[in-house]
Amino acid sequence: MFEVRIHGRGGQGVVTAAEMLSIAAFEEGRHAQAFPSFGSERTGAPVVAFCRMADKEIRLREPIMMPDALIIQDPTLLFQVDVFSGLKKDGFILINTKSTFAELGLSDFVRDWPAERLCTLAATDLGLKHVGRPMPNVPLLAGFAALSGLIQLESVFKAINAKFSGKVAKGNIAGASEAFEFVRARIENARKEPAHA
Amino acid sequence: MLKQTEGSHAVAEAVALCRPEVICAYPISPQTHIVEGIGEMVKSGELADCEFLNVESEFAAMSVAIGSSAAGARTYTATASQGLLFMVEAVFNASGLGLPIVMTVANRAIGAPINIWNDHSDSLSQRDCGWIQLFAETNQEALDLHIQAFKLAEELSLPVMVCMDGFILTHAYERVDMPTQEQVDAFLPPYEPRQVLDPAEPVSIGAMVGPEAFMEVRYLAHAKQMQALELIPQLSAEFKTMFGRDSGGLTRSYRTEGAETIVVAMGSILGTIKDVVDEMRDAGEKIGVLGITSFRPFPLESVRAALKDVKRVVVLEKSLAVGISGILASDVRKALRKLPIDVFTVIAGLGGRAITKKSLHALFLKLPLETEESLTFLDLDWGVVNRQLERERQTRRSGPAAENMLRDIGTVASKIA
Repeated sequence: MFEVRIHGRGGQGVVTAAEMLSIAAFEEGRHAQAFPSFGSERTGAPVVAFCRMADKEIRLREPIMMPDALIIQDPTLLFQVDVFSGLKKDGFILINTKSTFAELGLSDFVRDWPAERLCTLAATDLGLKHVGRPMPNVPLLAGFAALSGLIQLESVFKAINAKFSGKVAKGNIAGASEAFEFVRARIENARKEPAHA
Repeated sequence: MLKQTEGSHAVAEAVALCRPEVICAYPISPQTHIVEGIGEMVKSGELADCEFLNVESEFAAMSVAIGSSAAGARTYTATASQGLLFMVEAVFNASGLGLPIVMTVANRAIGAPINIWNDHSDSLSQRDCGWIQLFAETNQEALDLHIQAFKLAEELSLPVMVCMDGFILTHAYERVDMPTQEQVDAFLPPYEPRQVLDPAEPVSIGAMVGPEAFMEVRYLAHAKQMQALELIPQLSAEFKTMFGRDSGGLTRSYRTEGAETIVVAMGSILGTIKDVVDEMRDAGEKIGVLGITSFRPFPLESVRAALKDVKRVVVLEKSLAVGISGILASDVRKALRKLPIDVFTVIAGLGGRAITKKSLHALFLKLPLETEESLTFLDLDWGVVNRQLERERQTRRSGPAAENMLRDIGTVASKIA
């Protein structure tokens, strides 16, 4: 079983992102379970959503306390929420920001982390560019696909088409493609020079 | 067809496949997505010949449901928590009149203090209201139970609540196998009412009944629920033949062969419990699970048969009978009368408190060591409780308890679970 926790703020499509990830996994023939943190969602408030993926039926209903991967849709949460709580050693971390891990003050935290498991992505900018709204969720999902190698970009497209239609779907597919390429290139570089982020 | 969808949406689609003729809707979390989904299908014409009524309250929702059902229409509504409580007078009327309304209860805690999260306090508070209550373990079972519920309700002329865990199921995206319209039509015939308000053949429904017949009318309600004990397994078997999967029934055992301990529970928590039981079985523990699908009628014989050979039973329930202990546990005890079996009551997950594998594992290892039956509040923060009790001992005007305890705990925005 692979467990992903997505942190963001109300209005950033955090819950939708987890649902789309589950759709993408389903499209690849896997079992998947996505659910929100069951809060009273308000715009701007911290929101958590979860997605489990497995090759057999998922029966477990507890929140994801020890994720294999984290997607952080808003870097300001780093100072408000214990986003790294329970993250497995060498787990994947994808953060929506123009900054580096060092610039976010995370150098110490990721010192021994494999560089190819870490990535930052300016996903809000990609949302603005391709959909005209500051929505980082779909670019981050495509970025996660590239970072983890667990999900094909094609499956992300299918999830986009399940959730959106027309111009919005088209824009999201363009944003996802650019995000995927960006992260893929970053990871390739990180593999070539195993220096720390 | 297999699809990845939200539990609420899966139920909305399943209800639509049952060709309801009247839906009364009043929004309340975590049920709202279900009636929204059906509303969209009515508006788009996908669900034809169905009147969708936005009513002004839950009391109106159930009152409209009573009227439309009495007029011979297949009727559905959904609610949760305070919404269920607000419609209670009409809920009793629906069953008293023998009207086969189907209602989803997206289980949620009851205030005060206000809480939108899941537990079973709402439908269990209506334990004795005369409705059949079926509990779903997964979203697949939730949608399957709705299809069975219409048939069950209409064959007995009794209303049925399909209970599914709020948020945990209603808001979870998971894989479901959605049946086709042809399959559902083959299973569920058109509604043929036992009683109907028809101007061409006028009857009275709901007249006053005095002491001369009230007992008999009430007894009949009980007799019908006893009939349901026979019919529920039949429908489940019929469903399996047509749809190819196990859904519904009275109870379901899991890895109970040779068990010394069996954990009894209802709803989605059964999944987490089964994962824990698998791990403990691998470690050599003799432990199994009994899921209760039909809470009302309560299947005393089926429960007794499933539990009679064990040393101890752990009833884990998301409800609390304040002043005594567990609601489900009391019923299980009745099923085990005169058997030398210890029954441990565990109250868990109230108001959405996460029930974790870790806590269950520790609990299931600890209880067999106890020599007396006990009542456990799983993961209760005794520090917070004791501070408040101490405050009340020290100060006459100790203030509102809930707010005091929140202040003691401090901010929770940074916690994941």
